[in-house]
Amino acid sequence: MTATPLPDHGTRPAPSGSGYDGALPAHLGDPIVKLEGVEKYFGDNHVLRGVDLEVRQREAVMLIGRSGSGKTTLLRCINFLEEPTVGWVEVDGLRLQADPLRARSRRHQEQIRQMRLRAGMLFQEFNLFPHMSVLGNCIEAPTRVKGISKDKAVAAAELYLDKVGLLEKRDEYPARLSGGQKQRVAIARALCMEPKVLLFDEPTSALDPELIGEVLKVMEDLAHEGTTMIVVTHEMHFARQAADRVVFMEDGVVVEQGPPEQMLDEPRKEGTKRFLRRFLTD
Amino acid sequence: MTATASTGASAPSILERVAAAKTRARRLFRLQFGLTWVVLLGLLVLGLWASGKIDLEFIASAGPYIVQGAGLTILISISSIVLAVVLALLGALGRLSTNPIINGVASLYVSLVRGTPLLVQIFFVYLALPQLGVTLPVVLGGILALGFNYGAYMTEIFRAGIQAVPGGQAEAAKALGMADGLRFRRIVLPQAVRIVIPAIGNDFVAMIKDSSLVYVLGVQELLWRASTIGRRELSSLEGLLIAAVVYWGMTIIFSFFQERLERRMARGDR
Repeated sequence: MTATPLPDHGTRPAPSGSGYDGALPAHLGDPIVKLEGVEKYFGDNHVLRGVDLEVRQREAVMLIGRSGSGKTTLLRCINFLEEPTVGWVEVDGLRLQADPLRARSRRHQEQIRQMRLRAGMLFQEFNLFPHMSVLGNCIEAPTRVKGISKDKAVAAAELYLDKVGLLEKRDEYPARLSGGQKQRVAIARALCMEPKVLLFDEPTSALDPELIGEVLKVMEDLAHEGTTMIVVTHEMHFARQAADRVVFMEDGVVVEQGPPEQMLDEPRKEGTKRFLRRFLTD
Repeated sequence: MTATASTGASAPSILERVAAAKTRARRLFRLQFGLTWVVLLGLLVLGLWASGKIDLEFIASAGPYIVQGAGLTILISISSIVLAVVLALLGALGRLSTNPIINGVASLYVSLVRGTPLLVQIFFVYLALPQLGVTLPVVLGGILALGFNYGAYMTEIFRAGIQAVPGGQAEAAKALGMADGLRFRRIVLPQAVRIVIPAIGNDFVAMIKDSSLVYVLGVQELLWRASTIGRRELSSLEGLLIAAVVYWGMTIIFSFFQERLERRMARGDR
């Protein structure tokens, strides 16, 4: 697939809170993901201490920070795999308030489900369905959740499997795939639902070093084609290549954010510097 | 040059010889294993025959009558296991339910049935229910008693099987927008079934044998026929031997099919 050129919105002043100084990158659209005052407790543990974050259409945002800083929890709060304790989450016009007291109510559950149709997720452990073929994994949700006809779902699945370079594995079962191939199938499976934003939770952490590259390559292509994505990652080189914006979290808050060159080369906050120093010397 | 050529020629021949040796060892093992069975069983038959107490005439005349009871044994076993699987699935969902009433019903069922002997339950259907005005046909009564009993044990198997499906599977399904029912039916249950198939198979083998307990209801299945005619003709030894051989044969045949099923179910895991 050839990449379609990204739209050019020209030079616009960056609003405060957008994470950019001066001008907004020309290819970015309007905000599509908004988090407002998101907090999360696990028991007494205050994991998220009030996070505000906006992500724009076609923007690739990388969340970095030490383990335990809350970045994975933040990601999981966006599609409510974790119900935030307080705060608002908005994805593509669907605005949902955290409601831990009525989390199991039918209405709330249905809204969460709608939220998940807008935000696809990739996991550290891939979580392909082992009892279904690669193609079966890809068409399961489109046909049974969205009610798309099988023919159309198969056609879309083949398109996306081709995009991640695994069309020839369509009839294989997940157990026969390498870790890198599994994650690429998982990406195709998520794309088949045509979500508005993709959430990646450390997608290469469970991979052998020699398999990381093929997954990052697919993700980088997606980013350069204008897929809106939020990625929790420790791959700094990848962040530099693919990110529009890097967000550094520490102790459950966003400490600093900005374009990758600025964040990785000349961080302003002491916490970011400390993290990067330790990270890059490791 | 010569060295390379000689390695190239000898390496495959060594591999072939290793493979051939392994095949020979495997064949030898199977042969000796089989001979062990043949010798032991032969000694057993010989011993019984040498005792001079075996009435071959009885075996020839009563054998067919006893063996025909196997049909009812199989019918009861299959019906009971089907009932047990249905009850176990409902029971497991109940035991995992967050609804206190549903969970309470399922837990009480498991506790009551597992806490009382199977024979007491069978007698209950046969002797106690009529006192309450409920009289069931004996075969149906036997199937219900066995099905409810095994259903309770299998509830725990199913529950463990469902819980053994990795949590990431349900999360992935959730993230794809699959609602609770769809997620359970399409993602969790098929994987849980694969996990519990060996245990269910074991239970079915046990069921074939435990179905003999319904002879106390007067159901004319294998054991009832063997013990009744054996006692009448003073040939209990022969009668029970015939029944034992038939039970054994049935479990061997079933275990063979179970193994094949397990292999097919494991397809995705390799």
